Amino acid sequence: MELQSQPAKAQFPPSGRSRPPLFLVLMASLVAVGMALPLVYLVLRALGIGVVDFWAILQRPRTIQVFFNSIGMVLAVTILSALIAIPLAFLTVRTDLPGRRFWGVTSTLPLAIPTYVGSFALLAFAGPRGSMLQILLEPWGVQRLPSIYGWTGVILATTLFSYPYLLLTVRASLQGMDPAMEEASMSLGYSHSETFWRVTLPQLRPAIAAGALLVSLYSLQDFGTPALMRFNSFTRIIFLQYRASFDRSMAAALALVLVALVGCILWLEYRARSKAAYYSSGSASQHQPKLIPLGPWKWLALAFCSLVFLSSLVMPLTVLVFWLGRGMTAGQSAIDLVRAMLPSAVNSIYGSGLAALIAVIFALPIAILAVRFPSPLSSLLERLSYIGFGMPGIVVALSLVFFGANYARALYQTLPMLLFAYLVLFIPQGVGTLRSSLLQVSPSLEESARSLGRTPWQTLREVTIPLVRPGIISGAMLIFLTAIKELPATLLLSPIGFRTLATEIWQATAENAAFTQAAVASLMMLVVSTLATLIILSQERLSRNRE
Amino acid sequence: MKRRKVIALISLAAATSTALIACAPDDSPTADGAAGQGETLVVYSGRGEDLIGPMFERFEAETGISVDVRYGDTAELAATILEEGQNSPADIYFAQDAGALGALQIEGRTRNIPENLLDQVDPRFRSREGQWIGITGRARVFAYNTDMLDADEVPDSIWDLTEPEWSGRVGWAPTNGSFQAFVSAVREHEGEERAREWLEAMQANDPQVFRNNTSIVEGLGRGEVEVGLVNNYYLARFQAEDPNFPVAHHYPSGDVGSMINIAGVAILDTTDQPEAAEAFVAFMLSPEAQQHFAEGNSEYPLIAGIDPPDNQLPISEINPPDIDLSSLEDLEGTLSLLQETGAL
Repeated sequence: MELQSQPAKAQFPPSGRSRPPLFLVLMASLVAVGMALPLVYLVLRALGIGVVDFWAILQRPRTIQVFFNSIGMVLAVTILSALIAIPLAFLTVRTDLPGRRFWGVTSTLPLAIPTYVGSFALLAFAGPRGSMLQILLEPWGVQRLPSIYGWTGVILATTLFSYPYLLLTVRASLQGMDPAMEEASMSLGYSHSETFWRVTLPQLRPAIAAGALLVSLYSLQDFGTPALMRFNSFTRIIFLQYRASFDRSMAAALALVLVALVGCILWLEYRARSKAAYYSSGSASQHQPKLIPLGPWKWLALAFCSLVFLSSLVMPLTVLVFWLGRGMTAGQSAIDLVRAMLPSAVNSIYGSGLAALIAVIFALPIAILAVRFPSPLSSLLERLSYIGFGMPGIVVALSLVFFGANYARALYQTLPMLLFAYLVLFIPQGVGTLRSSLLQVSPSLEESARSLGRTPWQTLREVTIPLVRPGIISGAMLIFLTAIKELPATLLLSPIGFRTLATEIWQATAENAAFTQAAVASLMMLVVSTLATLIILSQERLSRNRE
Repeated sequence: MKRRKVIALISLAAATSTALIACAPDDSPTADGAAGQGETLVVYSGRGEDLIGPMFERFEAETGISVDVRYGDTAELAATILEEGQNSPADIYFAQDAGALGALQIEGRTRNIPENLLDQVDPRFRSREGQWIGITGRARVFAYNTDMLDADEVPDSIWDLTEPEWSGRVGWAPTNGSFQAFVSAVREHEGEERAREWLEAMQANDPQVFRNNTSIVEGLGRGEVEVGLVNNYYLARFQAEDPNFPVAHHYPSGDVGSMINIAGVAILDTTDQPEAAEAFVAFMLSPEAQQHFAEGNSEYPLIAGIDPPDNQLPISEINPPDIDLSSLEDLEGTLSLLQETGAL
């Protein structure tokens, strides 16, 4: 067995060129059309302004400064997330860390906390004055904590609530990895740590790149956290154009600049990962790798997990429970609030569940085309699927408002339309995880199935899909957890009266200072997400036990 | 293994469709359900459901006209109406501030409101061309932390805030619509140069930048800042959650710092039921609705004969400078000024 590292083209079956099955191409093209809509819209709108005006805005020192602010923030958040997510994934999948399942579940859950709720909580917890931490330290004469606003706050809050994007992608890859290569390395006398650096980590590269891509694009387009943390990010300038002057043309032109930046990130990731294939040339019969004994390192590992757990989950939970308690002492009934929000919770589960299902189904052809039938076109298609995720939600939502109201009247503001918006926004999470899983599956298995007389469709169903199961599970989970928090598209494109937990939180905090309500909705979102995570992880375990 | 996956997918699908069945009857009025069963008005509301939802229900009960409401951000909904163009399903736009209504008027997306409705509201609080009308008033105030400041220490003019002693102690929200309307008012009232001078002096005085009014009041409560430039009705909501919330209001007298803005409505040009839309506006201006807005939301009623909200100065005593809200349409200019002075 060997780690193959030929250029990607070597994955073609030796028999010469193979054509992708028609149904894959059709499905992928459908997605491509969807992905192109926001871009077409931006170009249409941006044509409405003069080049001179646009140039003047671009050249403003403030615009340039904000542009570099965004880049700096993206870099810091991505690196920090990697430092948290990679060790966490490894510890929870490969070692005998005590309470592996507990850490496995809890380290995923921060994704269920919308960053705007998390940031609000972080300020209530560690703000410079009157925060929980400052009040706690007051007896020791601490009147004011060092300010958390600006770089510190935005990097901390974004990292704490978006590192799971990387974690889930890396976990899926670790689970799909054939342990044979690591065993070979060990049998050749390498230590655990040498094996990790020389064998495991290089194989994780596509997953790390895919996860880092999600984290960086997420932090680039997020608006809530920079606004609360008083940080000038590029997204903020775009919002100002909408909010303050209703100037859609200038906002579109600026969003195109952001698209260019997204394009650069996509290109970087493409360069960072596309050199090698990561499957073993042997059979598909994988077995459970032996867990690595941590020995005395166990304590350090536990301390690390606890630190992440405390700051990304316990901290916001404490603040939410405090808000809830304060509201209840002021006479509000938590049970009534929960009852009032049940329909929204059901809508949330329903909408995000369907979004996860549909997005994974449509992500599969894109990932298969990109991995099995590499061509400039399939790479472009795969890259294009990330565009929606890298744009501010309001830009994507307005582009679909424009096309929906004017060209798809019958679908406009119906559930299918909302699901389509979720698909455009979140499909890359499925594409990324599926792609890294596919890279671990040797194409010779699919070729064998074909040569034994299976049709491409049967091969997909009977060979490929079962083998990329970890990617399907992680992808569906990521999409579910992200869609449940989605706001701008849900507000503008859902059927009238379709409330979700995210819109409840927004209603409670935007104009109203109803923190009790916000806390109830956030806690319900967390409960729903925990249940979803548990169900999905139990499926994961079930399948592994059967093997 | 394949079977497991299929089972997983089926159970997910089953769970979601059960959810659909569970919620469909009572909770998700579908788009086609709206048509055909008598009159239905579609309202795009930039105001929260807690604040105005009850009055929509009263309107439905009293007129038999049903109301479908899409709640969202004021500015985003205005952008949505513009993107929808002539296919907009909306009949009414309910906005949080005059600027957004003015933006739709400029784009020609609003209809004339009849004289008998316009006449109920002071001309200062409606469109000069009769294209939109204020429903409630919202005063700008200085909110201050009562643990850190006594009432007589609170400044009495926006110009006091530029004094060195207030350096780093004042909170504002330059990205917020109400704040920008206030800056437009400063430009209108004091002139472009004075407005620039004020912004530059403020900017040099290390103001603490917040996201919106809610987060300023939250920050005031924690003591992060001592004085904040906000609207008059946020404090009541914080005090409902926490009766000991240490913040109070001060209305600078005769100063643009206590200008009055509105939340108001426009009837859209795309409506196919103008009579129902006018009935809606009439109801929002009825004593019943106005009283609710004053008592429930601590906002100022805009028709004669209704008491102002509890614990707030009556609109006539605020003594705000005479500012015509129709003259605040130049948001573009305000935005440039904010950007040139570095506030944005």
